Amino acid sequence: MQKLSTRHLLGIKDLTPNDIELIMATAREFKEVINRPIKKVPSLRDVTIANVFFENSTRTRLSFELAEKRLSADTLNFSASGSSVKKGETLLDTVNNILAMKVDMIVMRHASPGAPHFLSKHISANIVNAGDGTHEHPTQALLDSFSMREKLGGDLTGKKIAIIGDILHSRVALSNIFALKKQGAEVTLCGPSTLIPRYVTDLGVKVSHDVKKTLAWCDVANVLRIQLERQQIKYFPSLREYSLYFGINKKMLDDLNKEIVIMHPGPINRGVELSSDAADSQHSIILDQVENGVAVRMAVLYLLAGQN
Amino acid sequence: MQRKLILSSPLLEITISRLCQELIENHQDFADTVIIGLQPRGIHFAKRIHQELERIIDRKIPIGFLDATFYRDDYRRRELVKANETKISFVIENKKVILIDDVLATGRMVRSALDAMTAFGRPEKVELCVLIDRIYNRDIPINADYVGKKVNTLDSEKVLVELQEQGYEEDKIWLITNN
Repeated sequence: MQKLSTRHLLGIKDLTPNDIELIMATAREFKEVINRPIKKVPSLRDVTIANVFFENSTRTRLSFELAEKRLSADTLNFSASGSSVKKGETLLDTVNNILAMKVDMIVMRHASPGAPHFLSKHISANIVNAGDGTHEHPTQALLDSFSMREKLGGDLTGKKIAIIGDILHSRVALSNIFALKKQGAEVTLCGPSTLIPRYVTDLGVKVSHDVKKTLAWCDVANVLRIQLERQQIKYFPSLREYSLYFGINKKMLDDLNKEIVIMHPGPINRGVELSSDAADSQHSIILDQVENGVAVRMAVLYLLAGQN
Repeated sequence: MQRKLILSSPLLEITISRLCQELIENHQDFADTVIIGLQPRGIHFAKRIHQELERIIDRKIPIGFLDATFYRDDYRRRELVKANETKISFVIENKKVILIDDVLATGRMVRSALDAMTAFGRPEKVELCVLIDRIYNRDIPINADYVGKKVNTLDSEKVLVELQEQGYEEDKIWLITNN
């Protein structure tokens, strides 16, 4: 049996194409498991996992928690608000205190890019990055790839994938770029020039500022949220203007006259990057992404726990 | 490494038809009986039995495949084993289930499979049918109801089942001894 090349999932950047294939193959079997009448397997019954969230989250946190429970792991949840972090405890002290309670794995979300990488140098537990600032969100990229493969049938070699929206502040975008390139897909980023990072083309992606042309080109459009909470300055004049130039609605999709898959990692700003009729259209696989998220996270936790 | 042939055609066909006759003796028309082959290697033998049973009794019998990887008791103790497809598209609640595997040795895989099966309901009865029973290799008290051939083996020996469905030219079952 192949195994993962790493003990932690810190980012897609560190994964090999084989790692990605192994996660996809394992997630396929877990998707079957979570559609059974009894959706639980005993694999991780002797494993304790702490979900350590220093930043807000709904989907990712629920998805990880459910994945852990479906694998029969013991879970504990920590959120920074209401904890001793507010009293000035450092990240390493907080995590070491959690580990002293005999925890085997840490699932962590943190606002600072590189926080899980820092932790991995100081602790022995397996770490899963559930989002570190504007850096990476590896499980989201894996579930996006899994959903694309499921919808397109087969692997992503040569498939045309567009990532549209706020690329600059998006950890989902960066993880997706790494994941898609490792699977041989063609990637185009689309958004206002202020929200596309400089030198991003060095990662082997194309850049466009014309959303209609991009939609006409791609098989899949992964639409990202405008992350107002991370924007300290104005990157575009108004949400209305953004929506007029870069928003996607159902008419635009219907006018393309072709099969196109619309994805969004959530939460959606309805009427900004995606109109309601487009988000709820037959093109959209947004809720499939959420279902697949549990299966993919089960695969990641299962494979990492098996590394010890 | 030494290889000793323990079963091949035409004796294998005779064994399969004998097992089918035994199964029919206990399950008659298979009205409430389903067949589940164990992944990864038991599914080919299960398909053989299934095909022969359908031919003899001339009616359809539900067949499914079960992967017990996520229920193994050696997870995190040994190297990871690849998960395979589970495909059970029928209800097993109140059915008689015949689990089919190629080789029964320690019995641990069957124990995992019994666990895995409960995710699909509570069967009325479960029976086990295996092609080869390595009788003195058991770690836990599990026995087969229908056995193709019993063999005496050491722990260090291995039984290798080669069926045409797995890409081999001929059906051959070997006993492999490492010197």
